[in-house]
Amino acid sequence: MDNNLIILSLFILFLPLLSFISLLIVGKRLGEKSHFIALSIIGLTFIFSAYIFYNIIIKHYHPVSVSIDWISSTSINIPLGIYIDGVTSIMLCVVSLISSLVHLYSTEYMKGDKRYTRYFAFLGLFTFSMNGIILADSLIMMYLFWELVGLSSFLLIGFWFEKDSAANASKKAFLTNRVGDIGMFIGMMIIFYHTKTFQLHAIPGLVSDMSSEILTCAGLLIFMGAVGKSAQFPLHIWLPDAMEGPTPVSALIHAATMVAAGVYMTIRIFAFLTVDALAVISVIGAITAMMAAIIAITRNDIKAVLAYSTISQLGYMIMGLGVGAYVAGFFHLVTHAMFKACLFLCSGSVIHAMHHSLHKLDDHDTNPQDMNNMGGLMYKMPITFACMLIATFAIAGVPLFSGFLSKDAILAGTLAYYHAHHGWTIIIPLAGFGAALITAFYMFRLIFLTFAGNPKNEKIHSNVHESPKAMTTPLIILSILSFAFIFTLPNINPLSDNGWFEHSLHETKLVDTHHHNLNINSEHPRLVIQHFDKNYNLNEVEHHIHDQHDQAMFLSLLVAFIGILLSSLFYFFNKFSIEKATYFMKKVGLFNLSRRKFYIDSIYNNIIYKPFLWFCSLASRLDWNIYDQTFIDSIGRRTLDLSDRSVKADYDWLDQKIVDGSARLVEYFNNKLKHTQSGIIQNYLMAGILGIVIIALLFQQI
Amino acid sequence: MNDIQSYLAVASILFSLGVFTVITRRNAIAILMGIELILNAANINFIAFNRFGGMERLDGHIFAIFVIVLAAAEAAVALAIIINLFKNIGTVDVDQAKELRG
Repeated sequence: MDNNLIILSLFILFLPLLSFISLLIVGKRLGEKSHFIALSIIGLTFIFSAYIFYNIIIKHYHPVSVSIDWISSTSINIPLGIYIDGVTSIMLCVVSLISSLVHLYSTEYMKGDKRYTRYFAFLGLFTFSMNGIILADSLIMMYLFWELVGLSSFLLIGFWFEKDSAANASKKAFLTNRVGDIGMFIGMMIIFYHTKTFQLHAIPGLVSDMSSEILTCAGLLIFMGAVGKSAQFPLHIWLPDAMEGPTPVSALIHAATMVAAGVYMTIRIFAFLTVDALAVISVIGAITAMMAAIIAITRNDIKAVLAYSTISQLGYMIMGLGVGAYVAGFFHLVTHAMFKACLFLCSGSVIHAMHHSLHKLDDHDTNPQDMNNMGGLMYKMPITFACMLIATFAIAGVPLFSGFLSKDAILAGTLAYYHAHHGWTIIIPLAGFGAALITAFYMFRLIFLTFAGNPKNEKIHSNVHESPKAMTTPLIILSILSFAFIFTLPNINPLSDNGWFEHSLHETKLVDTHHHNLNINSEHPRLVIQHFDKNYNLNEVEHHIHDQHDQAMFLSLLVAFIGILLSSLFYFFNKFSIEKATYFMKKVGLFNLSRRKFYIDSIYNNIIYKPFLWFCSLASRLDWNIYDQTFIDSIGRRTLDLSDRSVKADYDWLDQKIVDGSARLVEYFNNKLKHTQSGIIQNYLMAGILGIVIIALLFQQI
Repeated sequence: MNDIQSYLAVASILFSLGVFTVITRRNAIAILMGIELILNAANINFIAFNRFGGMERLDGHIFAIFVIVLAAAEAAVALAIIINLFKNIGTVDVDQAKELRG
């Protein structure tokens, strides 16, 4: 059984890579049919993931792991390996499910694109790298796939690289991620320096010798990787720009899976994060959740709203981890993956329809993503509307839907955290509930602006049609998965999160300790984390969270209700004037804060890019004007001068005088002597006789 | 007339005349005649040295006879060349025979 699971997980890991490679090789010949390969392979991956899920979660099979030596020497030994537990199997299922649905959706969405095959190849590469992160049992392997995910994200954001904005967005995403990844690498190396291992389950037992300051730094540095990948403040700036990629890609990578990799990684390193590090993490999560939610209110681009909402929800998860509610954080990761993928795919469906309508009208100036051009699409696209509404209920935290449970759990965690620490920590629950209110508000604003009310543009509206089946099927599946009961089976009480999900991550009793695997501490399998710090009692944290559950549920219901009510008063019933509210907010200064995205892009522009560019131009001027023009060119001029002289010397003296001179001398003698060579024998004879006579005379003298 | 000088004087006069003929004449036959003179001057020397040089044997005489034979052969070859020359260029003037000149 162990072997079965390991082999299946290897298939899950490498099949998408096979899809990538085979599409690169034969893709050109397949052309429009290339999605068959990708779709069948990803479908197979999903079936395997479901099998692993069934065994680990439903059958409560113990975690399995395998590793091979990668780098080994006398002093260090770095293995690469696979580790499958409850979290892994749930993540594998989420990734392969959403990936399959996105593949299916893309066959319609990307139809007619000139790089159709390449698109599916890149999706394969992404799925391969994402599965690698999930299956990794060591920090170093996770880092390898972490970078591969960054690469595939770069490739897919810049998929339409003819557009400058897409090319720039892909560069921005890649570079921003690099900032985080550098921190992650340094952190990993600090850990490795002290513990001599990268194995995730071995580190918590070895870090207790490290001073807590260093461990806090190392933990936060590794967390920087998550800040970059999960778009947390202050490295969140790339995610909204990443929406330049195709919408299914946004759904898969920039909403459901890759951005959640940061959260997943934080769960994996949770066991050796110090209390201080967790406090910083929770504050970063709180800031991100609140800030992104405020920014989302004033976006008009349908995808931008969803992008900021993603950032905000990721902030939630990180905040949940920071306050110790790691199960809630992971729960929210999974539920969010479903409803946010659904939201993105719905927005893709709307954009697709808008695009076709505009295409039919031969209108190339109107932005198909701008909500100000939509409105009243409810009757035109009933399936998309229904699915999007369900997902919106989920994200807004309405009971019966999955988001309610997970968000509620995180909010309970923040309340428990405040009750345990008091003081400044009040900002964390405040940010949590505030962001929940704003989330409900802006999500319903999106729904009302897009689907309700009167069409803003009759012409466009009349040409909009519901998307084809290949696109609506994934929407329906994902919207069903946004219901709460999916995650609480067999319990169907919509207000309680007591179900398989909680059990699979909490339960230890059912684990058969006799089957323990070599590398695994089988007393603490699944996600029950044995924190390295004995003073940090997770059970106690759990307990506190449980105490706050009812209070949190009441408050979160209240804020969700207020948010939806406000939104409907503004955008549906038109009881409040939007202009007046905008005017008021402008007076207070909040409007521009939100509109200009908290000025973060311009702050970066002014304090990083501009000084850097100034420095670059200075360096370039130094290089060009001083080094190149003065130094190098002067050497050039000297050399030129010298060679000029030597040419002159060569020509005037060597050539003209010595070479030509000797030639002239020879010629002179030649001219003189050629008369002696008359060819007349008698002359020669004469000369010979004369010579003899002279010799004779000379001998006579002697 | 019993001393070697007289013979040598005759021979050298003859040789000089021969050389003079060879150098100055343009006519090939005349040059051939000059050569005969030179050879004969040499012959006189051979005989004279044989007679007055204290030699017991007749080496000089034999050499003279050889030279005469050679002269005859040489004359035959030379005359053949001269005839061919005349056939080719219509003259026996050696100055005209310059086809081999560079």
